[in-house]
Amino acid sequence: MASVCLYFQVHQPIRLNRFSFFDIGGEKEYFDSEKNRYYLERVARKCYRPANQLLLDMIKQTGGQLKLSFSITGILLEELEKNFPDVLDSFRKLADTGSVELMSETYYHSLAFLISKKEFMEQVKMHREKIRDVFGLTPTTFRNTEAMYSNEVADTVKKMGYKCIIAEGLDHILGWRSPNYLYKSKGAGLPVLLRNFRLSDDISFRFSTREWEGWPLTADKFSAWLKDAPGEIINLFMDYETFGEHQWEETGIFNFLKFLPGEILKHENLNFMTPAEIARKLEPKDVYDVPYLSSWADVHRDLSAWLENDMQKKSFSEIKRIGNRVKRKGDKRIIDMWRKLQTSDHYYYMCTKWFADGDVHKYFNYYDNPYEAFLNFMNIMYDLKKKVS
Amino acid sequence: MKVLMLGWEYPPFVTGGLGVHSRGLTEGLARKNTDVTFIMPVGSDEMSTNPRIKVVRAGKRKKFIQIPSTMKPYLTSMDVKEETINGPKKKGDVYGDDMMKEAERFANLAAETARGEEFDLIHCHDWMTFPAGMKIKTESGKPLLVTVHSTEFDRMGSSSVSNGITHLEWKGMYEADRVITVSNYMKRRLVDLFSVPEEKIDVVYNAVDDVYRKGKANDHKKKERIVLFLGRLALQKGPDYFLHAARMVLEHEKNVKFVVVGKGGMLPQLINMSIQLGISDDVFFTGYQDDIGPYYEMADIYVMPSVSEPFGIAALEAMASGNPVLVSKQSGISEAIMHRLSFDFWDVEDLASKIIGILRHEPVRNLMAENGVRETKGFTWDKIAEKTLEVYSKLVN
Repeated sequence: MASVCLYFQVHQPIRLNRFSFFDIGGEKEYFDSEKNRYYLERVARKCYRPANQLLLDMIKQTGGQLKLSFSITGILLEELEKNFPDVLDSFRKLADTGSVELMSETYYHSLAFLISKKEFMEQVKMHREKIRDVFGLTPTTFRNTEAMYSNEVADTVKKMGYKCIIAEGLDHILGWRSPNYLYKSKGAGLPVLLRNFRLSDDISFRFSTREWEGWPLTADKFSAWLKDAPGEIINLFMDYETFGEHQWEETGIFNFLKFLPGEILKHENLNFMTPAEIARKLEPKDVYDVPYLSSWADVHRDLSAWLENDMQKKSFSEIKRIGNRVKRKGDKRIIDMWRKLQTSDHYYYMCTKWFADGDVHKYFNYYDNPYEAFLNFMNIMYDLKKKVS
Repeated sequence: MKVLMLGWEYPPFVTGGLGVHSRGLTEGLARKNTDVTFIMPVGSDEMSTNPRIKVVRAGKRKKFIQIPSTMKPYLTSMDVKEETINGPKKKGDVYGDDMMKEAERFANLAAETARGEEFDLIHCHDWMTFPAGMKIKTESGKPLLVTVHSTEFDRMGSSSVSNGITHLEWKGMYEADRVITVSNYMKRRLVDLFSVPEEKIDVVYNAVDDVYRKGKANDHKKKERIVLFLGRLALQKGPDYFLHAARMVLEHEKNVKFVVVGKGGMLPQLINMSIQLGISDDVFFTGYQDDIGPYYEMADIYVMPSVSEPFGIAALEAMASGNPVLVSKQSGISEAIMHRLSFDFWDVEDLASKIIGILRHEPVRNLMAENGVRETKGFTWDKIAEKTLEVYSKLVN
């Protein structure tokens, strides 16, 4: 018997205003609310609304046998509350079915773990409270921004009371072992669910790739692969925006999603489980030892998408440096702005390693290029610095 | 494949980027086993003493035929090295009329020469060779390809265009079987201004000559930084925007100088302007320079604020030389390369803000330079020849 564990990451970056050097010290807003609403409207229309409706229907149709989990960032929940309450309601309806688990993460989808443990824990608590407020649920599973993981991360969230954590199934850590079992973190012994990146990426990256031997991917074909997969769990983790935004509706992705639960449940040896259930019911088979931070991004599965080149390092270290002053000032609005500048996406836009996994970066970049992203960010950063000095 | 190419210049008779382009393209084509007969109006014995050309001749891959002409170098916005007209232009555009007569005369002579030649297609560069190209097409029945490096609108600005020349440009593109231009930016202009069918146009970017690939000494410790403008001092090149941006930068940055290389009708006006803006101590006008390599080398930032720029090869040269480059969005180069910063030519504040940003942040300076040098390596004559051959193959089976 193997359990399929579906987890979708739901997040939208907060776009910055075009901020010139000559705007420093002025009244200009940092965040481009118009653009944020524009992009969110698009992704709501293309992904969130249709996909939520579809999943709700499928949960009902399967009598609750379809189970899945979401992690929705705090800043996205804020935007939905403000501008798209109907979308938030549709997430609530899903949560109310009892078949959907909601996870914890940093409120700001941030790199807070690299600022300090204290800052990280504060942002996680903020998110936990937000989920309680909006959904009336208390998460017990944790996922860090972009699945950034190390023994230390596991250790920290275990101390915060979490029962389970999400990580990437890294080939170089697993070696001969399969990601299709429950593991436990080194030291703290926290249950770790590892993403099966091959099967996950078949959907999120390769679904519409005609050159791929698996194309066209159908629900029955994919479930047959799952049926034959070794192990006890199959962790399919991906961005929720895969459905309708990264893979357009025209590719047939919604039909795939619609028929997938039924096709999976046709196989007697397959069912669905949420991360919390897995952590409760299964025994960890081995220790997962990751001494350094890793992630689920790109080819390298490291932090190089956010903190590799000198522009990324400099901007982030400046943000880190002004932290004490920001907190001493004690102005809630300024602390919120500072934290929004920790969101991983800002650093992602400064990435210059286009040459290896270029297309992905280009697609997500709303700046002309990384240099523009850096200069714009630095102007805002200096304005913030002025505000707290 | 045998190509009959019609051009106006070829090294050492170079007054603009076009001559360099002609050599780069023909040599690139020769390396790909394509015979080129290059007919041009000017020339002298000096040319055949050029060892480079002799070498090519020996391989029978390339051939030059010169037609006697009194024609002086023509006006192009391609490069700073060109000659410019002295004094204000008069109504009626006498110079343009002369140029058009020259183009007609060249057409007759070139057609005569072509009668003794064997070729599969005719390839023309810019309007002055269009009458010749059309005439030879009519006589020989061979397909005609025209490359548009710039149009009268790009060279002159819309207020002072010559109707005769724009008409010739339109006619040449109309009669041509295919059109090559140097950027998608230009392609849109040709569609908009000359009603050329979009599907008839191919884009082939320019290349950068290897002499500009020398790289640069590490200059972390340098105290004073130089921002470079290099181009004809004409409205189309936006030197006035450069000075306005300089003023804004100088209000916040002390150790920076602005250097303007090039000549043109706007020089007196620009000198006055720098005095009025109170920045004359920090702006230097070098006049026209034969050898621009050293300027690229000493610069720290290159700025191209063109109002309209078909391609912008100087920006590519500056980049290959290791400079971070800032180019206007109204240029071909801004679409052709990634590792640059761009701005709207009229947005002086954005330009100034970005200059300050580059000056203040070493990481952006280094990364742009480093990645820029690498990126320009893709802009070679071989690449141009390859792309051009693809267009040829659409015309000749």
